[in-house]
Amino acid sequence: MLKQRIIPMLLLYKGRMVKTVQFAEYRDVGNPVTTARVFQAQRADELLFLDISASIEDRGILFDIVKEVSGECFMPLGVGGGLRTLEDIRAILEKGADKVIINTAAVEHPGFIEDAARRFGSSTIVVSIDTKKRNDGTYEVYTRRATNATGLDPVAWAVEAARRGAGEIIITRADLDGTMQGLDIGLITKVVQSVNVPVVASGGVGSLDDFRNAFQAGVSGVGAGSIFHFTDQSIVKTRKYLCNAGINVRP
Amino acid sequence: MIVVVDYGMGNLGSIAKALEYVGGEVLVTNDPARVAQADKLVLPGMGAFQDGMKHLEERGLVPLLTDLVLNQKKPFLGICLGMQLLAKRGFEWGEYPGLGWIDAEVVRFEVDKIKGLSVPHVGWNDLTLTRSTPLFAGLENGADVYFVHSYHLACREPKLVTATFEYGDTFTAALMQENIFATQFHPEKSQRDGLTMLKNFLSWQPQ
Repeated sequence: MLKQRIIPMLLLYKGRMVKTVQFAEYRDVGNPVTTARVFQAQRADELLFLDISASIEDRGILFDIVKEVSGECFMPLGVGGGLRTLEDIRAILEKGADKVIINTAAVEHPGFIEDAARRFGSSTIVVSIDTKKRNDGTYEVYTRRATNATGLDPVAWAVEAARRGAGEIIITRADLDGTMQGLDIGLITKVVQSVNVPVVASGGVGSLDDFRNAFQAGVSGVGAGSIFHFTDQSIVKTRKYLCNAGINVRP
Repeated sequence: MIVVVDYGMGNLGSIAKALEYVGGEVLVTNDPARVAQADKLVLPGMGAFQDGMKHLEERGLVPLLTDLVLNQKKPFLGICLGMQLLAKRGFEWGEYPGLGWIDAEVVRFEVDKIKGLSVPHVGWNDLTLTRSTPLFAGLENGADVYFVHSYHLACREPKLVTATFEYGDTFTAALMQENIFATQFHPEKSQRDGLTMLKNFLSWQPQ
Protein backbone atom coordinates (compact mmCIF):
# COMPACT_ATOMS: atom_id res chain seq x y z
CA MET A 1 0.00 0.00 0.00
CA LEU A 2 1.24 3.47 -0.85
CA LYS A 3 2.62 5.27 2.20
CA GLN A 4 1.96 8.86 3.17
CA ARG A 5 5.13 10.94 3.15
CA ILE A 6 6.91 13.00 5.80
CA ILE A 7 8.83 15.65 3.87
CA PRO A 8 11.36 18.03 5.41
CA MET A 9 11.42 21.32 3.51
CA LEU A 10 14.77 23.07 3.40
CA LEU A 11 14.72 26.74 2.58
CA LEU A 12 17.93 28.03 1.02
CA TYR A 13 19.22 31.55 0.93
CA LYS A 14 22.64 32.20 -0.59
CA GLY A 15 23.78 28.69 0.17
CA ARG A 16 22.65 28.66 3.80
CA MET A 17 19.58 27.06 5.20
CA VAL A 18 17.11 29.52 6.66
CA LYS A 19 13.73 29.52 8.33
CA THR A 20 11.15 32.19 7.81
CA VAL A 21 8.03 33.36 9.55
CA GLN A 22 5.27 34.26 7.10
CA PHE A 23 7.93 34.15 4.39
CA ALA A 24 10.02 36.88 6.09
CA GLU A 25 12.38 37.28 9.10
CA TYR A 26 15.09 34.96 7.81
CA ARG A 27 16.91 32.98 10.48
CA ASP A 28 20.00 30.99 9.67
CA VAL A 29 19.46 27.38 10.68
CA GLY A 30 22.54 25.73 9.31
CA ASN A 31 24.29 24.01 6.49
CA PRO A 32 21.89 22.37 4.01
CA VAL A 33 24.17 19.48 3.08
CA THR A 34 24.79 18.52 6.70
CA THR A 35 21.08 18.76 7.41
CA ALA A 36 20.21 16.65 4.37
CA ARG A 37 22.57 13.96 5.71
CA VAL A 38 20.71 13.94 9.01
CA PHE A 39 17.34 13.62 7.27
CA GLN A 40 18.72 10.83 5.10
CA ALA A 41 19.95 8.99 8.18
CA GLN A 42 16.50 9.36 9.74
CA ARG A 43 14.92 7.95 6.57
CA ALA A 44 12.90 10.99 5.61
CA ASP A 45 10.66 10.04 2.69
CA GLU A 46 11.77 12.88 0.46
CA LEU A 47 13.55 16.24 0.68
CA LEU A 48 12.33 19.49 -0.80
CA PHE A 49 14.75 22.37 -1.37
CA LEU A 50 13.37 25.82 -2.03
CA ASP A 51 15.88 28.49 -2.97
CA ILE A 52 14.63 31.95 -2.10
CA SER A 53 17.67 33.91 -3.23
CA ALA A 54 16.92 35.23 -6.67
CA SER A 55 20.21 36.09 -8.38
CA ILE A 56 22.03 34.16 -11.06
CA GLU A 57 25.19 33.81 -8.91
CA ASP A 58 23.13 32.12 -6.23
CA ARG A 59 21.82 29.63 -8.79
CA GLY A 60 25.38 28.29 -9.02
CA ILE A 61 25.45 27.74 -5.25
CA LEU A 62 22.11 25.92 -5.46
CA PHE A 63 23.50 23.69 -8.21
CA ASP A 64 26.48 22.78 -6.03
CA ILE A 65 24.24 21.93 -3.09
CA VAL A 66 21.90 19.76 -5.16
CA LYS A 67 24.86 18.01 -6.72
CA GLU A 68 26.46 17.30 -3.39
CA VAL A 69 23.26 16.13 -1.71
CA SER A 70 22.23 13.91 -4.62
CA GLY A 71 25.66 12.30 -4.60
CA GLU A 72 25.20 10.91 -1.11
CA CYS A 73 21.49 10.96 -0.27
CA PHE A 74 19.83 8.25 -2.31
CA MET A 75 16.29 9.47 -1.83
CA PRO A 76 13.89 11.66 -3.81
CA LEU A 77 14.89 15.31 -4.08
CA GLY A 78 12.58 18.09 -5.18
CA VAL A 79 14.06 21.49 -5.96
CA GLY A 80 12.40 24.83 -6.62
CA GLY A 81 12.96 28.56 -6.51
CA GLY A 82 12.90 30.92 -9.46
CA LEU A 83 12.65 28.23 -12.14
CA ARG A 84 11.15 29.99 -15.16
CA THR A 85 12.27 28.17 -18.31
CA LEU A 86 12.59 24.63 -19.65
CA GLU A 87 16.34 25.18 -19.63
CA ASP A 88 16.23 26.06 -15.90
CA ILE A 89 14.44 22.77 -15.28
CA ARG A 90 16.80 20.74 -17.42
CA ALA A 91 19.82 22.22 -15.66
CA ILE A 92 18.57 21.48 -12.15
CA LEU A 93 17.53 17.93 -13.09
CA GLU A 94 21.00 17.38 -14.47
CA LYS A 95 22.48 18.37 -11.09
CA GLY A 96 20.53 15.61 -9.42
CA ALA A 97 17.02 16.87 -8.69
CA ASP A 98 14.27 14.34 -9.34
CA LYS A 99 11.40 16.77 -9.38
CA VAL A 100 11.13 20.48 -9.85
CA ILE A 101 8.81 22.84 -8.05
CA ILE A 102 7.37 25.74 -9.97
CA ASN A 103 5.26 28.51 -8.53
CA THR A 104 5.35 32.09 -9.84
CA ALA A 105 6.23 31.11 -13.42
CA ALA A 106 3.25 28.75 -13.52
CA VAL A 107 0.82 31.46 -12.45
CA GLU A 108 2.26 34.02 -14.84
CA HIS A 109 2.46 31.60 -17.78
CA PRO A 110 0.18 28.62 -17.15
CA GLY A 111 1.25 27.12 -20.49
CA PHE A 112 4.67 26.59 -18.90
CA ILE A 113 3.17 23.73 -16.88
CA GLU A 114 2.08 21.95 -20.06
CA ASP A 115 5.40 22.53 -21.80
CA ALA A 116 7.34 21.28 -18.80
CA ALA A 117 5.10 18.25 -18.25
CA ARG A 118 5.30 17.31 -21.91
CA ARG A 119 9.08 17.56 -21.95
CA PHE A 120 10.00 16.10 -18.56
CA GLY A 121 6.93 14.06 -17.66
CA SER A 122 4.08 15.11 -15.37
CA SER A 123 5.51 13.27 -12.41
CA THR A 124 8.59 15.52 -12.55
CA ILE A 125 6.59 18.74 -12.37
CA VAL A 126 5.28 19.91 -9.01
CA VAL A 127 3.22 23.08 -8.83
CA SER A 128 3.49 24.88 -5.53
CA ILE A 129 0.66 27.19 -4.50
CA ASP A 130 1.15 29.86 -1.84
CA THR A 131 -2.04 31.25 -0.43
CA LYS A 132 -3.25 33.59 2.30
CA LYS A 133 -6.61 33.78 3.98
CA ARG A 134 -8.58 36.98 3.54
CA ASN A 135 -10.51 38.61 6.37
CA ASP A 136 -13.78 37.38 4.88
CA GLY A 137 -12.56 33.78 5.14
CA THR A 138 -11.86 33.30 1.43
CA TYR A 139 -8.40 32.55 0.06
CA GLU A 140 -6.14 34.11 -2.52
CA VAL A 141 -3.09 32.81 -4.35
CA TYR A 142 0.12 34.81 -3.96
CA THR A 143 3.29 34.66 -6.03
CA ARG A 144 6.81 36.11 -5.78
CA ARG A 145 7.46 34.81 -2.29
CA ALA A 146 3.91 35.68 -1.22
CA THR A 147 4.31 39.40 -1.96
CA ASN A 148 2.09 39.55 -5.03
CA ALA A 149 -1.65 38.97 -4.81
CA THR A 150 -3.03 37.31 -7.93
CA GLY A 151 -6.79 37.29 -7.38
CA LEU A 152 -6.79 33.52 -8.03
CA ASP A 153 -8.64 31.09 -5.82
CA PRO A 154 -6.21 28.37 -4.64
CA VAL A 155 -8.62 25.47 -5.17
CA ALA A 156 -9.51 26.61 -8.70
CA TRP A 157 -5.83 27.17 -9.47
CA ALA A 158 -4.91 23.72 -8.15
CA VAL A 159 -7.52 22.18 -10.44
CA GLU A 160 -6.19 24.10 -13.42
CA ALA A 161 -2.56 23.30 -12.64
CA ALA A 162 -3.39 19.59 -12.41
CA ARG A 163 -5.38 19.74 -15.66
CA ARG A 164 -2.39 21.34 -17.37
CA GLY A 165 -0.11 18.52 -16.29
CA ALA A 166 1.21 19.16 -12.78
CA GLY A 167 2.01 15.77 -11.30
CA GLU A 168 1.73 16.98 -7.74
CA ILE A 169 0.43 20.04 -5.90
CA ILE A 170 2.00 21.64 -2.83
CA ILE A 171 -0.47 23.85 -0.97
CA THR A 172 1.02 26.29 1.52
CA ARG A 173 -0.67 28.80 3.76
CA ALA A 174 2.00 31.51 3.51
CA ASP A 175 0.42 33.45 6.37
CA LEU A 176 0.90 30.44 8.65
CA ASP A 177 4.50 29.75 7.54
CA GLY A 178 6.83 29.42 10.50
CA THR A 179 4.04 30.10 13.02
CA MET A 180 3.65 26.46 14.04
CA GLN A 181 -0.04 27.21 14.58
CA GLY A 182 -1.25 24.17 12.68
CA LEU A 183 -2.11 23.41 9.08
CA ASP A 184 -5.33 24.72 7.53
CA ILE A 185 -7.12 21.39 7.34
CA GLY A 186 -10.26 22.91 5.80
CA LEU A 187 -8.37 24.32 2.84
CA ILE A 188 -6.25 21.20 2.46
CA THR A 189 -9.34 18.99 2.41
CA LYS A 190 -10.89 21.09 -0.37
CA VAL A 191 -7.76 20.84 -2.49
CA VAL A 192 -7.44 17.08 -1.94
CA GLN A 193 -11.06 16.55 -2.93
CA SER A 194 -10.78 18.74 -6.02
CA VAL A 195 -7.74 17.29 -7.78
CA ASN A 196 -6.76 13.79 -8.78
CA VAL A 197 -3.01 14.28 -8.33
CA PRO A 198 -1.14 13.85 -5.03
CA VAL A 199 -1.29 16.84 -2.68
CA VAL A 200 1.41 17.89 -0.22
CA ALA A 201 0.38 20.28 2.55
CA SER A 202 2.68 22.74 4.28
CA GLY A 203 2.67 25.97 6.24
CA GLY A 204 2.11 25.97 9.97
CA VAL A 205 3.03 22.45 11.10
CA GLY A 206 3.70 22.76 14.82
CA SER A 207 2.77 19.44 16.37
CA LEU A 208 2.66 15.79 15.53
CA ASP A 209 -1.13 16.00 15.51
CA ASP A 210 -0.87 18.42 12.59
CA PHE A 211 0.73 15.63 10.55
CA ARG A 212 -1.97 13.22 11.62
CA ASN A 213 -4.81 15.61 10.82
CA ALA A 214 -3.46 16.33 7.35
CA PHE A 215 -2.88 12.67 6.58
CA GLN A 216 -6.40 11.88 7.71
CA ALA A 217 -7.61 14.60 5.34
CA GLY A 218 -6.04 12.58 2.54
CA VAL A 219 -2.80 14.36 1.69
CA SER A 220 -0.04 12.35 0.08
CA GLY A 221 2.63 14.21 2.02
CA VAL A 222 3.19 16.81 4.69
CA GLY A 223 6.03 19.29 4.29
CA ALA A 224 7.52 20.83 7.40
CA GLY A 225 10.49 22.91 8.44
CA SER A 226 10.20 24.60 11.81
CA ILE A 227 9.09 21.53 13.73
CA PHE A 228 12.27 19.71 12.75
CA HIS A 229 14.54 22.73 13.25
CA PHE A 230 13.17 24.29 16.41
CA THR A 231 11.62 21.50 18.45
CA ASP A 232 12.92 18.17 19.65
CA GLN A 233 10.68 16.32 17.18
CA SER A 234 12.73 14.28 14.75
CA ILE A 235 11.59 12.37 11.71
CA VAL A 236 12.03 9.20 13.74
CA LYS A 237 9.73 10.39 16.53
CA THR A 238 7.21 11.74 14.04
CA ARG A 239 7.08 8.46 12.18
CA LYS A 240 6.67 6.49 15.38
CA TYR A 241 3.86 8.74 16.60
CA LEU A 242 2.03 8.47 13.28
CA CYS A 243 2.45 4.68 13.11
CA ASN A 244 0.95 4.40 16.58
CA ALA A 245 -1.90 6.67 15.50
CA GLY A 246 -2.70 4.24 12.67
CA ILE A 247 -1.42 6.49 9.88
CA ASN A 248 -0.02 4.74 6.86
CA VAL A 249 3.60 5.91 6.96
CA ARG A 250 6.77 3.90 6.47
CA PRO A 251 7.51 1.92 9.64
CA MET B 1 32.38 -1.37 -16.72
CA ILE B 2 28.71 -0.49 -16.38
CA VAL B 3 27.31 1.80 -19.03
CA VAL B 4 24.42 4.04 -18.06
CA VAL B 5 22.81 4.82 -21.40
CA ASP B 6 22.43 8.57 -21.83
CA TYR B 7 19.56 9.17 -24.21
CA GLY B 8 18.45 12.55 -22.94
CA MET B 9 15.65 11.28 -20.73
CA GLY B 10 15.90 12.51 -17.19
CA ASN B 11 18.36 12.43 -14.39
CA LEU B 12 21.14 9.98 -15.13
CA GLY B 13 23.38 11.48 -12.48
CA SER B 14 21.68 9.85 -9.54
CA ILE B 15 21.75 6.32 -10.90
CA ALA B 16 25.41 6.72 -11.86
CA LYS B 17 26.27 8.05 -8.40
CA ALA B 18 24.32 5.30 -6.67
CA LEU B 19 26.09 2.59 -8.70
CA GLU B 20 29.45 4.16 -7.87
CA TYR B 21 28.48 4.40 -4.21
CA VAL B 22 28.01 0.61 -4.06
CA GLY B 23 31.33 0.02 -5.82
CA GLY B 24 30.58 0.05 -9.55
CA GLU B 25 32.78 1.44 -12.28
CA VAL B 26 30.35 3.55 -14.25
CA LEU B 27 30.34 5.37 -17.57
CA VAL B 28 27.45 7.59 -18.63
CA THR B 29 27.47 7.80 -22.42
CA ASN B 30 25.46 7.80 -25.64
CA ASP B 31 28.44 6.98 -27.83
CA PRO B 32 27.59 3.68 -29.57
CA ALA B 33 31.26 2.65 -29.61
CA ARG B 34 31.51 3.03 -25.83
CA VAL B 35 28.11 1.46 -25.20
CA ALA B 36 29.24 -1.57 -27.18
CA GLN B 37 32.12 -2.13 -24.72
CA ALA B 38 29.86 -2.35 -21.66
CA ASP B 39 29.98 -5.37 -19.40
CA LYS B 40 26.59 -4.42 -18.03
CA LEU B 41 23.99 -1.92 -19.16
CA VAL B 42 21.60 0.35 -17.33
CA LEU B 43 18.73 2.11 -19.07
CA PRO B 44 17.24 4.68 -16.69
CA GLY B 45 14.89 7.44 -17.69
CA MET B 46 11.86 9.46 -16.91
CA GLY B 47 9.48 11.20 -19.26
CA ALA B 48 7.18 10.09 -22.03
CA PHE B 49 7.35 6.70 -23.77
CA GLN B 50 7.32 8.12 -27.29
CA ASP B 51 10.13 10.58 -26.54
CA GLY B 52 12.18 7.82 -24.98
CA MET B 53 11.97 5.64 -28.08
CA LYS B 54 12.58 8.61 -30.35
CA HIS B 55 15.72 9.59 -28.45
CA LEU B 56 17.08 6.03 -28.52
CA GLU B 57 16.45 5.83 -32.26
CA GLU B 58 18.02 9.23 -32.98
CA ARG B 59 21.21 8.08 -31.29
CA GLY B 60 21.27 4.84 -33.25
CA LEU B 61 21.04 2.86 -30.04
CA VAL B 62 18.07 0.57 -30.72
CA PRO B 63 19.80 -2.09 -32.89
CA LEU B 64 22.94 -1.89 -30.75
CA LEU B 65 21.15 -2.36 -27.43
CA THR B 66 19.02 -5.12 -28.91
CA ASP B 67 22.14 -6.97 -30.04
CA LEU B 68 23.98 -6.48 -26.74
CA VAL B 69 21.05 -7.58 -24.61
CA LEU B 70 19.20 -10.19 -26.67
CA ASN B 71 22.12 -11.78 -28.56
CA GLN B 72 25.18 -11.13 -26.41
CA LYS B 73 23.14 -11.51 -23.20
CA LYS B 74 24.82 -8.67 -21.32
CA PRO B 75 23.25 -8.12 -17.90
CA PHE B 76 20.74 -5.31 -18.27
CA LEU B 77 18.90 -3.15 -15.75
CA GLY B 78 15.95 -0.97 -16.84
CA ILE B 79 14.52 1.56 -14.42
CA CYS B 80 11.13 3.30 -14.63
CA LEU B 81 10.83 4.50 -18.25
CA GLY B 82 13.83 2.25 -18.94
CA MET B 83 11.63 -0.68 -17.91
CA GLN B 84 8.57 0.52 -19.78
CA LEU B 85 10.48 0.85 -23.07
CA LEU B 86 11.09 -2.91 -23.03
CA ALA B 87 7.40 -3.42 -23.82
CA LYS B 88 5.99 -4.07 -27.27
CA ARG B 89 3.77 -0.99 -27.17
CA GLY B 90 3.17 2.11 -25.12
CA PHE B 91 0.00 4.17 -24.96
CA GLU B 92 1.30 7.48 -23.62
CA TRP B 93 0.15 10.39 -25.83
CA GLY B 94 -0.93 7.88 -28.54
CA GLU B 95 0.22 4.38 -29.46
CA TYR B 96 3.92 3.78 -30.08
CA PRO B 97 6.11 0.70 -30.52
CA GLY B 98 8.68 -0.01 -27.81
CA LEU B 99 11.84 -2.14 -27.89
CA GLY B 100 9.59 -5.20 -27.74
CA TRP B 101 11.94 -7.39 -25.67
CA ILE B 102 9.19 -8.20 -23.19
CA ASP B 103 5.65 -9.23 -24.03
CA ALA B 104 3.96 -6.29 -22.36
CA GLU B 105 2.12 -3.05 -22.91
CA VAL B 106 2.45 0.25 -21.10
CA VAL B 107 -0.87 1.77 -20.13
CA ARG B 108 -2.12 4.55 -17.90
CA PHE B 109 -3.48 3.81 -14.46
CA GLU B 110 -7.25 3.61 -14.83
CA VAL B 111 -8.37 6.38 -12.56
CA ASP B 112 -11.98 5.23 -12.32
CA LYS B 113 -10.94 1.76 -11.40
CA ILE B 114 -8.69 2.90 -8.61
CA LYS B 115 -11.10 5.48 -7.34
CA GLY B 116 -9.93 7.64 -4.53
CA LEU B 117 -6.30 7.10 -5.48
CA SER B 118 -4.36 9.81 -7.20
CA VAL B 119 -2.27 9.57 -10.37
CA PRO B 120 0.72 9.77 -10.66
CA HIS B 121 1.51 6.98 -8.22
CA VAL B 122 4.12 8.88 -6.18
CA GLY B 123 5.85 7.76 -3.03
CA TRP B 124 6.96 4.72 -1.08
CA ASN B 125 5.06 1.51 -1.63
CA ASP B 126 5.83 -1.98 -0.43
CA LEU B 127 6.93 -4.79 -2.68
CA THR B 128 5.45 -8.24 -2.75
CA LEU B 129 8.31 -10.45 -3.88
CA THR B 130 6.69 -13.03 -6.15
CA ARG B 131 9.74 -14.79 -7.50
CA SER B 132 13.13 -15.36 -6.01
CA THR B 133 15.98 -13.65 -7.83
CA PRO B 134 19.59 -12.85 -6.96
CA LEU B 135 18.68 -9.17 -7.40
CA PHE B 136 16.50 -9.34 -4.30
CA ALA B 137 19.12 -10.93 -2.06
CA GLY B 138 19.04 -9.20 1.32
CA LEU B 139 15.55 -7.76 0.78
CA GLU B 140 12.59 -8.63 2.92
CA ASN B 141 9.16 -9.19 1.49
CA GLY B 142 7.29 -5.93 2.02
CA ALA B 143 10.35 -3.71 1.55
CA ASP B 144 9.38 -0.10 0.73
CA VAL B 145 10.70 1.43 -2.47
CA TYR B 146 10.12 4.74 -4.20
CA PHE B 147 7.82 5.01 -7.21
CA VAL B 148 6.88 7.95 -9.40
CA HIS B 149 4.89 7.19 -12.56
CA SER B 150 1.51 7.64 -14.27
CA TYR B 151 1.78 4.63 -16.59
CA HIS B 152 2.47 1.03 -15.70
CA LEU B 153 3.74 -2.00 -17.52
CA ALA B 154 1.14 -4.72 -17.98
CA CYS B 155 3.13 -7.92 -18.49
CA ARG B 156 1.55 -10.63 -20.67
CA GLU B 157 3.85 -13.27 -19.23
CA PRO B 158 3.14 -13.41 -15.50
CA LYS B 159 6.06 -15.75 -14.90
CA LEU B 160 8.47 -12.91 -15.68
CA VAL B 161 7.16 -10.77 -12.83
CA THR B 162 9.45 -10.86 -9.78
CA ALA B 163 7.68 -8.27 -7.61
CA THR B 164 4.34 -6.53 -7.51
CA PHE B 165 2.84 -3.54 -5.74
CA GLU B 166 -0.73 -2.72 -4.75
CA TYR B 167 -2.45 0.46 -5.83
CA GLY B 168 -6.15 -0.27 -6.05
CA ASP B 169 -5.10 -3.37 -7.96
CA THR B 170 -1.92 -5.43 -8.35
CA PHE B 171 0.75 -4.10 -10.71
CA THR B 172 4.21 -5.11 -11.92
CA ALA B 173 6.98 -3.61 -9.80
CA ALA B 174 9.88 -5.64 -11.21
CA LEU B 175 10.50 -8.33 -13.79
CA MET B 176 13.26 -10.60 -14.96
CA GLN B 177 13.82 -12.43 -18.21
CA GLU B 178 17.18 -14.17 -18.50
CA ASN B 179 19.76 -11.36 -18.42
CA ILE B 180 17.13 -8.61 -18.26
CA PHE B 181 16.08 -7.15 -14.91
CA ALA B 182 13.82 -4.15 -14.71
CA THR B 183 12.06 -2.13 -12.04
CA GLN B 184 9.21 0.35 -12.17
CA PHE B 185 10.47 1.86 -8.93
CA HIS B 186 13.73 3.74 -8.50
CA PRO B 187 16.36 1.68 -6.65
CA GLU B 188 18.69 4.70 -6.80
CA LYS B 189 16.12 6.66 -4.75
CA SER B 190 15.07 3.91 -2.39
CA GLN B 191 17.70 4.38 0.31
CA ARG B 192 19.15 1.19 1.81
CA ASP B 193 17.03 -1.42 0.05
CA GLY B 194 17.53 0.29 -3.29
CA LEU B 195 21.29 0.34 -2.87
CA THR B 196 21.18 -3.35 -1.93
CA MET B 197 19.52 -4.14 -5.25
CA LEU B 198 22.10 -2.12 -7.17
CA LYS B 199 24.88 -3.92 -5.34
CA ASN B 200 23.23 -7.21 -6.29
CA PHE B 201 23.17 -6.06 -9.90
CA LEU B 202 26.92 -5.45 -9.80
CA SER B 203 27.61 -9.02 -8.80
CA TRP B 204 24.83 -10.58 -10.89
CA GLN B 205 25.93 -13.27 -13.31
CA PRO B 206 22.79 -14.36 -15.18
CA GLN B 207 22.71 -18.06 -16.00
